[in-house]
Amino acid sequence: MNRSRELAQTLDGPQRTVVVVAVALAGLALGYGAAHFFSGSIAYWGVVSGPFFITLRVVIPATLIAGSTGIGAGYLLAKGRFPGRDLLETIGSLPIILPPTVIGFYLLEVLSPGSAIGGFVTRAVGHVLVYNVFGCIIAASVAAFPFCMRSARAAIEGVDPTLEQAGRTIGLSNWRVALQVTLPLARRGIATGLTIGCARALGEYGATLMVGGDINGKTRTLSLAVLDSFTTPERNAMLLILVLLAIAAMTGVGLLGRSRS
Amino acid sequence: MTSALEVAMTRHIGEFDLDVAFTVESGISVLFGPSGAGKSLTLALIAGLLRPDTGTIAINGQEVTDCARHVYVSTQDRRIGMVFQDGLLLPHRTVLDNVALAVRQSRGRAAKRAVARSWLERVGADAFAERRPSSLSGGQRQRVALARGLAGDPALVLLDEPLSALDAAVRSELRTLIRKVIVASGIPAVLVTHDAVEAEELGDVVINYNEGRVTGYRVVERVRDTEPDGDAPRSSESP
Repeated sequence: MNRSRELAQTLDGPQRTVVVVAVALAGLALGYGAAHFFSGSIAYWGVVSGPFFITLRVVIPATLIAGSTGIGAGYLLAKGRFPGRDLLETIGSLPIILPPTVIGFYLLEVLSPGSAIGGFVTRAVGHVLVYNVFGCIIAASVAAFPFCMRSARAAIEGVDPTLEQAGRTIGLSNWRVALQVTLPLARRGIATGLTIGCARALGEYGATLMVGGDINGKTRTLSLAVLDSFTTPERNAMLLILVLLAIAAMTGVGLLGRSRS
Repeated sequence: MTSALEVAMTRHIGEFDLDVAFTVESGISVLFGPSGAGKSLTLALIAGLLRPDTGTIAINGQEVTDCARHVYVSTQDRRIGMVFQDGLLLPHRTVLDNVALAVRQSRGRAAKRAVARSWLERVGADAFAERRPSSLSGGQRQRVALARGLAGDPALVLLDEPLSALDAAVRSELRTLIRKVIVASGIPAVLVTHDAVEAEELGDVVINYNEGRVTGYRVVERVRDTEPDGDAPRSSESP
């Protein structure tokens, strides 16, 4: 453990990000390999692989969507001075405390082609957004968003404002100050939020069930499949994959949290 | 001839009132006075980090602040360089990148880095160009901060107590360096200090500050203006 800490402290930001991504990929590969190994001997890989790949199709875009919008909202909350700021934060944080079924209900209201708002949204997007993988991605994004937003806000507020002022005195525009000073200095907190958001998207269940529909081979993610196959032997492989993914995510958080002095 | 800086402004903060007017020409002008006299506040107002309540500020003939006409040119558009007391180098960037970020007159990463490297050479900091600021001593950081302040070819460079956090030996060494580099660059400078020795050794003009007012102005005569190592500064009081 000490050696890994020493190793982490010798890495700079980009190198550490590479390590975190490598660890996450290693976790995925390990989970995939382990599941494949077990499935090879008892012949149910076909049951496990479908939810595994659907999970990847959901979690990766959901993390990207929640991450980008969460960082943007976090920056706005940290730097903006406008009426309704606290209300925006409260609304953005609701998915943390609301029961997932309530989130699912409201998402159905907004996305279902049968509702007034949903019908408009469906026509505007040109694609039905419920009971398919898009619905799962949206549900997972909403669940992950507050973690990304709150971590980004805290991290951005923690950046020394005099360093941002120094950036302005050398001619950096406000955009460049944000991109070259503020966000890089807040990167550890932001990365932690992304990792926790990713883990939250991975474990999303209730809203995904309502918006995605738990359709086998189409919207059944690992979290849904675990419950569906709770009395069958393949649940062990699914649980193993989820546990390994969670360990990989938390290892990533640990690495990112160790700052170099 | 256009002045490098023309200031006539007021600013009220809590119980403190700043009300100053002065003009800066070429060379190094020192704002000298006790702590709390309003020197650093003046610098922040010139840099555009704060706004005065009333008055005007013009840098190199260009009006950057005019409260009556609501003219407030942003800090990044004032063509200034600034050296802070504690350097304020970006900790996630190398020394070279810190200086290259400030280069405005060249385009392209390679060209900016070449300019940055030449400034690091001039301040004797090229040996640690690839290091992070956290691995530098206080004196080394201030050398880099000086290079960064000048690398953007500013119309005016502002130095806010750049030596006050350093020990005596390093301060003496850097005093010589700062004067030599700034005089050689030809960029007008305004330096804030409460150290009388620093004011005498660095300044061409010393503007005395006390309780938010300019209380005196004197020209420091130098025997050889371009070779500060051999300078023998003498003060001649004027009004």
